[in-house]
Amino acid sequence: MTQYLLSIYQPDGPAPDPEFLEPIMRDLAALNHEMQAAGAWVFAAGLHPAESATVLRPDGGEILVTDGPFTEGKEHLGGFTVIEAEDLDAALGWARKLAGATTLPVEVRPFQH
Amino acid sequence: MGDRYANEAATEADIARVFRREYGRAVAVLTRTFGNIDIAEDAVQDAFAAAVQHWPSAGIPPSPAGWIITTARHRAIDRLRREASREDKHAQAALLAAARSGTGPAPAAEEQFLAEQSGVEDVDDDTLRLIFTCCHPALAGSARVALTLRLLGGLTTAEIARAFLVPEVTMAQRLVRAKAKIRDAKVPYRVPHGAELPERLQSVLAVVYLIFNEGYTAGPADGPERTELCTEAIRLGRLLASLMPDEPEAAGLLALMLLIESRRAARFTPDGGLVLLAAQDRGRWDGDLAAEGRELVRRCLRRNRPGPYQLQAAINAVHSDAATAGDTDWAQILQLYDQLLAVAPGPVVALNRAVVLAELHGPAAALAAVEGLGLDNYYLVHAVRADFLERLRRYPEAVEGYRRALALAGSAAERRFLEGKLRSPAFGGDGDG
Repeated sequence: MTQYLLSIYQPDGPAPDPEFLEPIMRDLAALNHEMQAAGAWVFAAGLHPAESATVLRPDGGEILVTDGPFTEGKEHLGGFTVIEAEDLDAALGWARKLAGATTLPVEVRPFQH
Repeated sequence: MGDRYANEAATEADIARVFRREYGRAVAVLTRTFGNIDIAEDAVQDAFAAAVQHWPSAGIPPSPAGWIITTARHRAIDRLRREASREDKHAQAALLAAARSGTGPAPAAEEQFLAEQSGVEDVDDDTLRLIFTCCHPALAGSARVALTLRLLGGLTTAEIARAFLVPEVTMAQRLVRAKAKIRDAKVPYRVPHGAELPERLQSVLAVVYLIFNEGYTAGPADGPERTELCTEAIRLGRLLASLMPDEPEAAGLLALMLLIESRRAARFTPDGGLVLLAAQDRGRWDGDLAAEGRELVRRCLRRNRPGPYQLQAAINAVHSDAATAGDTDWAQILQLYDQLLAVAPGPVVALNRAVVLAELHGPAAALAAVEGLGLDNYYLVHAVRADFLERLRRYPEAVEGYRRALALAGSAAERRFLEGKLRSPAFGGDGDG
């Protein structure tokens, strides 16, 4: 079995209206239960918006602390799920469901061990 | 091993033929055995190096595939044992995989027997698995093409690089990255089934057709590597059609490629210029390829599960039925394009349909059909539009269109054709060429 990181990318800006968000959160909770029941779920979390991030950068023996996020852009990591799957096709199967539930793009990356 | 085979001595050409036919199959079997593509490739290359040493005197063995696979297994196991003793984790894992697959180290004679007697039907399954792995949608399109040619076609990295006009270093990096992704992300070695299969098969067929098209657009002036891509794509198409007999689109793709390829000799002038379909000498079409393509189309039609490749093949079959360009059944072709547009809507199909409209209803109707198609960076849009304008005697606009097409054309033959157009007397040229 391999562990995969499913990263959810979220557009910056104010959170969507509750009417929009509520069914998404319901679908997401159902998917987490489904992953747990299948023994695929390892860990999942949502993050505060990217402007809450702080970056630390080594610079000639010093560590500089600056306001984040690390990358500029219109989208940032909004949350992630760690799963355990037999192979990439199995991981893509879960990622497909996650993208469907969140209505957001999902990146799949294998853990090293 | 000189006395083991009664065959006559093998020539270099004999061995090259075996290589073409068996390389991909051997890599496929070894990939399953060791769970690692790099190990499989190295082992199969070692085995062919051994064949080059032994076969010229001993002759080609009764089962060349069995010989190659058995020899490759031995070589791989020897190599992995050396590396495993140096505590290489990958080597240990591969040896374990080999032991689990029941093909671990065994006495040579016994293994030879196993490979030749029992392993053969599994070879087809393994080959199909490898095709689906190489064409996995998680890999970049360019990587799918390169991997398929490398692993299933046995082309060298240098050959693939020349065929796709990129530096060899670039192609080598592309292959290394793709193989690393297959290994690290665990792209499965499996034929998808059920609901997954149609989409994944689409990706496989698209890779093969892309390889074919790279060769198709090339003319004699572009060098043999590019035109040989057509031969390789047809070989892969035959393999797919035979491995997936229940998929009419696989047969449709093979038929399409055969019918297009049958016109190769007539598509170019002796000095490499392009000859359009209407002007081609139909006596130079390859009758055997065309007949095989038409027969496949007929068999597809009987199944009545039409798809984009089958419909395009049917269109090409109608062309190949016509003794002269004037005999072409344009009404039937238009009907097929309407069906094609329904199952695979897109501007390129619409452009080709417009060309048929011009034959049936004249250039004015066709010109109206190409307006607003988009595709402004596609040379053929401008060339086709310019042709309609030329027929409408709107010469200045036609010249403008041919010039834009010329600026965008990819192959030497296409450029020469357009340059010839621009020299025509109607545009004030000298009419030469």
